[in-house]
Amino acid sequence: MILTQPGEIRELLARSKTIAMVGASRDPLRPSYTVFSFVRTGGLFSIAPINPKLEEIDGIRAYPSLAEYARANGAPDIVDVFRNPASVLPVVDESIAVGAKAIWFQYGVINDEAIARADAAGLDVVVDRCIKVEIARSNGGLATAGLNSGIITSRRAGVR
Amino acid sequence: MNDRTFGFATRAIHAGTPPDPVTGSRAAPIYQSSAFVFGSTEEAAELFALRGYGHIYSRISNPTVASFEERMASLEGGLGAVAFSSGLAAQLAVVLALARNGDHILCSQNVYGGTVTQFSITLERMGIAVTFVPSSDANAMRAALRPETKLLFVETIGNPAGSIADLDTLAEFAHQNGFPLVVDNTFASPYCCRPIEFGADIVVASATKFICGHGTTVGGVVVDAGRFDYGTARFPLLSEPSRGYHGKVFTETFGEYAFLMRLRAEILRDVGAQLGAHDAWLLLQGLETLPLRMERHVANARAVGQHLEAHPDVEWVRHPGLPSHPDAALAARYLPRGAGSVFTFGIRGGRDAGRRFIDALELWSHLANVGDAKSLVIHPASTTHSQLSDEEMLAAGVAPETIRLSVGLEDREDLIWDIDQALVRARSGNGVRR
Repeated sequence: MILTQPGEIRELLARSKTIAMVGASRDPLRPSYTVFSFVRTGGLFSIAPINPKLEEIDGIRAYPSLAEYARANGAPDIVDVFRNPASVLPVVDESIAVGAKAIWFQYGVINDEAIARADAAGLDVVVDRCIKVEIARSNGGLATAGLNSGIITSRRAGVR
Repeated sequence: MNDRTFGFATRAIHAGTPPDPVTGSRAAPIYQSSAFVFGSTEEAAELFALRGYGHIYSRISNPTVASFEERMASLEGGLGAVAFSSGLAAQLAVVLALARNGDHILCSQNVYGGTVTQFSITLERMGIAVTFVPSSDANAMRAALRPETKLLFVETIGNPAGSIADLDTLAEFAHQNGFPLVVDNTFASPYCCRPIEFGADIVVASATKFICGHGTTVGGVVVDAGRFDYGTARFPLLSEPSRGYHGKVFTETFGEYAFLMRLRAEILRDVGAQLGAHDAWLLLQGLETLPLRMERHVANARAVGQHLEAHPDVEWVRHPGLPSHPDAALAARYLPRGAGSVFTFGIRGGRDAGRRFIDALELWSHLANVGDAKSLVIHPASTTHSQLSDEEMLAAGVAPETIRLSVGLEDREDLIWDIDQALVRARSGNGVRR
């Protein structure tokens, strides 16, 4: 199912615990590192890089493939994709093969065939959104930066 | 959780202010603290590298100010907001975020005199050129274009002549030429007009006016729609590595948030024109009643305007909400809930009669502000627009006999009574109070 509503995305994050990041980088200037570091230090999710060229990022072991990740950790709840849109079909196939529950295409990672294939295989699909922004929308992070979280509530407890 | 889209009045009260998670405080707490303790050295490093969310120092962000910013973003329909110490600081920050020495901006000539001065004198000194254009004249706009033009700046309701910006057309013009439309929405407030719904990319406002509503607080705000693509060669300040952040490219790292992040993390950080927590709190209180106040402002202003139009001592009335205004059709389109409550009229007898009229008023306050619960009056030619040349003044719609009113929330019969008695005294030359 393709998730577009903020509530749907919030619920996906609320029921997820593990994230495998395809295309994670150690370069602090890369957006993928920004997101990786944010998720790792946030403590809400267990995140691991998928990158055959890396041993680890910030002490977190990197796996050469989703299959290797799944062998060690089980299927990830979310596969977060930082790749050229033209080269994401194999990532979708691998995600389906390992039994990932959701696939998340970051800003600009838009490939209609990949989206349709993941959707048809029963994965939850998020497209052209940043997982960092959506986590921060739920946990109050966006609000600290004067950003419009869209959250209106008179309940005292946090959303998550 | 459902995804209900809450209405304007609900968001004016609730957006940005869920109950305080620590204390349960229902009113927004005033976080009167200069700085905020880090949870760990790692968290501190993440915040300084712009990877984490949280407060460091109140020059950059503050929880009470953030509540005000989020509420403004919600009301204007934007992605986010950054508050500033004044409206002029807010609009200067927008220019600094997009333009540098050698660049050029386009500005409508129907804008506040302080904006003309800021752009034409202070910006010019910094090497940023400005061309003032009649924004309704497409040929003049096209003739003023340059390859280094970075933005088009207009006011929703021009100060003081009440000209209405044709936002759809101006947004299309700006986008076709590769730069954003920046709209000063001070005189309309988001209750009367939300420029982002008509294609504007950035909204700025003096929060001192209708947003505050009570004449207590000077503040400004920038709301960004997050729709304009700054990842082009025209905007190297956003699309090329930033020296201020170790080579980070804002458009690449922050996507649609690039402008807002640079506005806060580089411009607000370096300029230091932040809004204070207590001031933000006063503005939050004001916003809770914005819809109610604007309804009354609009109704009172229409009644006063109609009364003046029928008065024999009045030469003319320029109220964009009245059919006699040249931009009445544009007002009906962009401001269906009313054209605010600031407008001008010309008194018979010119400058001297105007002076006598203002001196004879009992209830209207003679001061340089608008958008207060109290009714206000001023003579622009000798005050707000006095730094302008005669030519600039006429271009901005200010004649020697022009009197500007900001109609407040008092009983309209009392406002009209005061105007009538002052007009009588202005005519008789007996205007000076004992």
